[in-house]
Amino acid sequence: MKASAFAYARATSVENALELLTAHGEKAKVLSGGQSLLPAMNLRLIAPELVIDIGELTELRGVVVEGGVLTIGALTRHADLLKSREIAAHAPLLADAVAQVAHPAIRNRGTIGGSLAQADPASELPACMLALGATIIARGPDGERRIAANEFFVGIYETALWPQELLVAVELPVAPENSAHFFHEFARRHGDYAIVGLAAQAIVTDGRFADLRLGFFAVGDRPLLARSAGELVDVAITSPVLSEACAALDAELDPLEDQQATPAMRRHLAKVLLTRCVSSLLGRPDLCVGASA
Amino acid sequence: MTNAVAISLSVNGERVEATVLPRLNLADFLREHLKLTGTHVGCEHGVCGACTVRVNGDIVRSCLLLAVQTHNAAVETIEGLSDSGEIADLQSAFRERNALQCGFCTPGMLMAAQDLLKQSPSPDREQIREHLSGNYCRCTGYQAIVDAIETTARARIGRLP
Repeated sequence: MKASAFAYARATSVENALELLTAHGEKAKVLSGGQSLLPAMNLRLIAPELVIDIGELTELRGVVVEGGVLTIGALTRHADLLKSREIAAHAPLLADAVAQVAHPAIRNRGTIGGSLAQADPASELPACMLALGATIIARGPDGERRIAANEFFVGIYETALWPQELLVAVELPVAPENSAHFFHEFARRHGDYAIVGLAAQAIVTDGRFADLRLGFFAVGDRPLLARSAGELVDVAITSPVLSEACAALDAELDPLEDQQATPAMRRHLAKVLLTRCVSSLLGRPDLCVGASA
Repeated sequence: MTNAVAISLSVNGERVEATVLPRLNLADFLREHLKLTGTHVGCEHGVCGACTVRVNGDIVRSCLLLAVQTHNAAVETIEGLSDSGEIADLQSAFRERNALQCGFCTPGMLMAAQDLLKQSPSPDREQIREHLSGNYCRCTGYQAIVDAIETTARARIGRLP
């Protein structure tokens, strides 16, 4: 289908974009890469009155590392993240995840800010933000607001952004030297929407988790930072311990039903991912026995 | 405010000036305004890959790009790549290996394949499959397409000094 009619404004600066957002608020949608917005408009799922194109605001593009913090501009494309040496060195989880985001032609347009502001519960990057402890930087008429990733995603396609605010960047702590990560998703075709996925960041010391952050996606109406990860930290991991963590994870999940999978299948796959993740991060193939998808 | 917007862009090396409604996507602009019908429209939401074109050197979905977003951009379509001879060997390999039947997906396949071969001169079959993962073909079963791209890659390496 085709998008319904809308007015178009090409923002000339961040200030200009904010003026337009202040004037039009909820009637407007910000167009970044458009790889989620335009499908939704073509399918007539949404019909904004005004589209504010921020595509030419080059000041919002790029990756900077300074003082142990990685700052990624909102307009940085998935393709840029995939090629970035800074991301590969300091946020390798993100590099792994971006390789699974859709297909090359879409990664050439889609942006990190667009993906986060869209907040699709099946998207990879929101879950990575939870696992990496990111801070989302939004700019509004009254200045800048810093929002912790775990307070940013509030529902299907819903975020803590106000209608007058623009997501301008994200900040990630540089991954410590001894950190490890795991990323995997189940999808019917490489690059398709995940049926269930997991982005995990950990610190492993002497065969135990000193820290473990599990960001699940496509398991509910928003990405989930699993509290059950706590059951695996600072303990010797055995099969019974892992089984208990899987049971605790199950209690946290609230998967949706769609044409791809039933809630029961999603629950099963989430537990398979947790098992594989722990086994992989600890280098313990013995823990993976029986965890078939 | 849903008024038409003036745009100026380059399409296959030629300057194009047009006035378009904001809702018009690039695929429809190419097909209906410029009569460049080699760019096909399949799903219109970014899944099938039939509308793949190059914008500023990068492959993109032309159904997920508004024509107004291509102001000042350089757009290349299958007609441009075909006429310049850039992909003559790839097209010939597709023909010889029967890598198309109905041909609907072929322009997008060629765009994606050429993009891969520019970035990675000797991809293995898995890399070829991954790069084409966003392009549906309902006729061939993909094997012949992968074969044709692999053959082209090998031939190109052989030809280069």
